[in-house]
Amino acid sequence: MRAFTFKQVARQEEALLLSDAHAGASPGEVRFIAGGTTLVDLMKLNVERPSVVIDINRLPLDKIETTPDGGVRIGALVRNGDCAHHPLLQSRYPALSQALLSGASAQLRNMATTGGNLLQRTRCTYFRDTVWTCNKRVPGSGCSAIGGANRMLAILGASEHCIATNPSDMNVALTALEATVHLQGKEGERSVAIDEFFHRPGTTPHIENVLRPGELITAVSLPAPAPGSRSLYLKLRDRATYEFALASAAVVLTAASGRITHVRLALGGVGTVPWRAHEAEAALLGKGPSPEIFRRAAEAVLQHARPQSENGFKVELARRCITHALTTAVAGGGEQYGS
Amino acid sequence: MAVDTGNNTLIGKPQSRIDGPVKVSGQARYTSDYSFSGMLYAVPVGATIARGKLLSLDTKAAEAMPGVRAVFHGGNIGKLYRASFLMADLVLLDEKRPPLADNDINYFGQYIAVAVAETFEQATAAADAVEARYAAERPVMNFDLLRGTELKQSDHRGDAVKALAGSPVKVDEVYSTPVQTHNAIELHATVAVWEGGNCTLYDTVQGVGNHQLVMTQRLGIEREQMRVITRYLGSGFGGKISAWGHCCLAAAAARNLDRPVKLVLSRRQAFESAGHRPATQQRVQLGASAEVKLVSLQHDYVNTTAMVEDFTEYCAEASPFLYSTANMSSSSALARRTIGAATSMRGPGAVPGSFALESAMDELAYQLRVDPVALRHRNEPALDESMGIPFSSRHLTEALNAGAERFGWSQRTPEVGSMKRDGLTLGWGVAVAAWGAGRFASSATVDLRADGTARVSCGTQDIGTGTYTVLAQLVGERLGIAMDRVEVAIGDSNLPAGPLSGGSLVTSSLVPAISRALDEASQRLVTAASLLPDSRWSKARPEDLEVVKGRLGLKANPSGPALSFSEVLQQTGVRSLTGTGLSDGTILEKPKLSKHCFSAQFAEVTWQPEIARLRVSRVVTVIDSGRIINPKAGRNQIVGAVVMGVGMALFEGTEYDPRKGVALNSNLADYVMTTHADTPDIDVIFLDCPDFEVNELGAKGIGEIGMAGVAGAIANAAYHATGIRVRELPIRIEALLKRNQTGRELKKEPWQTHPTTKTKPQPHRANDSPDAPS
Repeated sequence: MRAFTFKQVARQEEALLLSDAHAGASPGEVRFIAGGTTLVDLMKLNVERPSVVIDINRLPLDKIETTPDGGVRIGALVRNGDCAHHPLLQSRYPALSQALLSGASAQLRNMATTGGNLLQRTRCTYFRDTVWTCNKRVPGSGCSAIGGANRMLAILGASEHCIATNPSDMNVALTALEATVHLQGKEGERSVAIDEFFHRPGTTPHIENVLRPGELITAVSLPAPAPGSRSLYLKLRDRATYEFALASAAVVLTAASGRITHVRLALGGVGTVPWRAHEAEAALLGKGPSPEIFRRAAEAVLQHARPQSENGFKVELARRCITHALTTAVAGGGEQYGS
Repeated sequence: MAVDTGNNTLIGKPQSRIDGPVKVSGQARYTSDYSFSGMLYAVPVGATIARGKLLSLDTKAAEAMPGVRAVFHGGNIGKLYRASFLMADLVLLDEKRPPLADNDINYFGQYIAVAVAETFEQATAAADAVEARYAAERPVMNFDLLRGTELKQSDHRGDAVKALAGSPVKVDEVYSTPVQTHNAIELHATVAVWEGGNCTLYDTVQGVGNHQLVMTQRLGIEREQMRVITRYLGSGFGGKISAWGHCCLAAAAARNLDRPVKLVLSRRQAFESAGHRPATQQRVQLGASAEVKLVSLQHDYVNTTAMVEDFTEYCAEASPFLYSTANMSSSSALARRTIGAATSMRGPGAVPGSFALESAMDELAYQLRVDPVALRHRNEPALDESMGIPFSSRHLTEALNAGAERFGWSQRTPEVGSMKRDGLTLGWGVAVAAWGAGRFASSATVDLRADGTARVSCGTQDIGTGTYTVLAQLVGERLGIAMDRVEVAIGDSNLPAGPLSGGSLVTSSLVPAISRALDEASQRLVTAASLLPDSRWSKARPEDLEVVKGRLGLKANPSGPALSFSEVLQQTGVRSLTGTGLSDGTILEKPKLSKHCFSAQFAEVTWQPEIARLRVSRVVTVIDSGRIINPKAGRNQIVGAVVMGVGMALFEGTEYDPRKGVALNSNLADYVMTTHADTPDIDVIFLDCPDFEVNELGAKGIGEIGMAGVAGAIANAAYHATGIRVRELPIRIEALLKRNQTGRELKKEPWQTHPTTKTKPQPHRANDSPDAPS
């Protein structure tokens, strides 16, 4: 771990001023720390090497509030555990609660925050171990995962520069729930739809999202649930808990008069970013739910899959994941975690 | 004196651990809990190539960093010697090359230096700052071990090849198991303290005596100058038997700097340079008659070993005697790979060996259309056919029957996918296993004290399995005192030499040593009777007196008056008297009887093809391992073994990238192990049939046998549920996705037309970024 300066702030303006003071520094020199579950881990591995760490835990960003439009606003510092067990979120956005509870462990969820989870970095081994080249860690150095152990890595949205998976479960649920991310920078506030928040790797895999240097995530908001909709999160992985997804699906779905009248589908574990399956949604909308329609929806998104040497099985696994998640959503069921 | 095996109050009864309260209250001091004034921290530097030469080392920047006291390497650490490694000395050491011995690099992470500083953080930073230059060579990393390897025959009888050729029913398959890492939760640690020329090592070891001997030899000092202390161990599973390189680095650094040094390995370093179960590839060939009798059994295997160390994983150890067959052979070889030294891991040989043999037996049962339990019954041997000698005790038939009954095996329908419950497909599988029984040489002393307490001391250690408690039971039982009146002193090489915690041999080794120590103490109590003021005792001839349950009485009048040992000692003004017991080992003896323990494992899996989810839901494990001294700790140990067996079957495997020879999943998140949520309902049955050929209580070991057979039973259950025979552990989702949800073979996906293999990645032409929907 590189030696660093640690600063604690109590007000948002202070945090922004401090980060702005280092605006000229190279990317990664200044980091905000909230729960630290990703940052500290990666600092110990010499993957994150900030010279300044700004502790934002004292900022008043830890509230969950309803919004006038019937939605909800979740402060960036709300702990994943608190978010998962919040009665309002559990009842209105079950996919979010289920996704959070399917991730990490209770101890990690008690530390990890909403804002931090949005910025959770990939578990790609080659990113996490400095003996390897990695375009995400050292731009232009090359991708060791291509041709390496890539079983866990992406089949959607990869480039010849990076095939790392976004590891977050929360992000998948937020994507299906059409969340908005609220940001504060020295130039003021702005809001970004979650579908536009994440960057695919392309030729710049080190740039993972739209955050500008020194900008702070302040909240995530969710629109009011679509009328009559159900939502759920299904996660498939090697063991029953404490493991990243091989394939996961968040579904928000309304069925009326034998037709699917509203559907949002997002996939995890298969994409370089939380993967919104617009084509699958289009294949489902207005149709009567049936195994055939679900299969077609899965094909609509998986036709773009480009597997690596070890992760071809994810195509079939994602197919079953999507189909089962849709079947369960239509049947009004959900997945119990931790059982 | 005869040992009373009936009317026990402590032995054979479930006892809570006597060390439980100090453990759960945080008072138990584990190795890394020891700290001393002036103590420094050491952090090893590992090679970042897997094969080649270390050309130069630049330590200047590291040495100049704050708090750094030294950076030691081959040129300045001082002489570290090779240890002798004769089995006759019982010196167990799997990495024989001393650390920093030369500039040859044979595995990734091999120590090239060690940084020592005032704090752990400073030492870590300094270790990171050491710069090395290498001449790297290509690592040797493929795991297709049988291919091109010449095997050497180790066992044979009859003509297995000819008999196989003439068999109407045959199985000939290859089974593979990966490198597994022990991952005891307590990391390896050494705290080294020198005073004058004397060294005390607080260390994480499974044998304080073995460690004392090895470290004495390594450091070039005399035995009385070395003391090793392991009061508590956060598990070992075999991974803490050997004195690994870091122990030498800590001891040498402390000697050179004349300050105490603490060294705790990182989890990653434990994967790289502190042992693992080697990968195996095993070919099993079975031939059977239409009458369901085995006529030929061949078990041939290769296991990985380090480039400069030999370690054999004896996969076919049980194959010569597990089943009756006139024709049998086995052969083996080592495959040198650029990975660290392999070592024993729970059930070495037996665990991967049983997976292969018992999978093949299941395949044979399906071919013969016979129930897998019935197949094993039909081939139960009357004696150990490999040596032509009887078994000291073997109750495998009873074990299978007891397990089948508890499991409900008679309800099994053999067709694949034919059993359902709550919308889940069930699979039921069975496997059996064997493990050797015997003793290490051991000594122990027991002190009887005037205050009515006793102290037992032995240079053995409790690796988390309940040795403290077993000793209190053995002594408390014979002396007729409660366990909390027995002080147990172990975990210190200064104590009378005791057994290594390995091979499931501690309890069986301790029983005779403790018994003899108590015999001698009783005899001394009889002798002390002449000093008693009461003439009834002082005038009695010693041969007329006896000590029963710690009370001195007249042989002729067993229900008559008697004095407790405490009364005898108080009345004679003696504070304590000591008995010493010695017992011999069985490891090197030529057996007249075949001594083993056995297990029968029954597993149930649930299968949801719609989401490719396989889980283990139920395990019934039947243990035939003599008399169980403490059924509570015993059950605990078997439950843990089953949990580990589930991990082996479904999750575990250390993965390497062949390009650099690096372990890729060297942390507890990426090395997937069984969590509580994956843990099935586990039902443990102890047959509790004593084997008095092993010791006077009939106790054998249970550390290994509980794990052996579990993976095979699960793999067999997985086949029953899915119709997919997975012969390469762990059983992962990709193997189970080979069929569609209705059980038919899947069509090849377009991208599967140019398959790449796992062991030999091909140069990759990067994919273009797909046009994704938006």
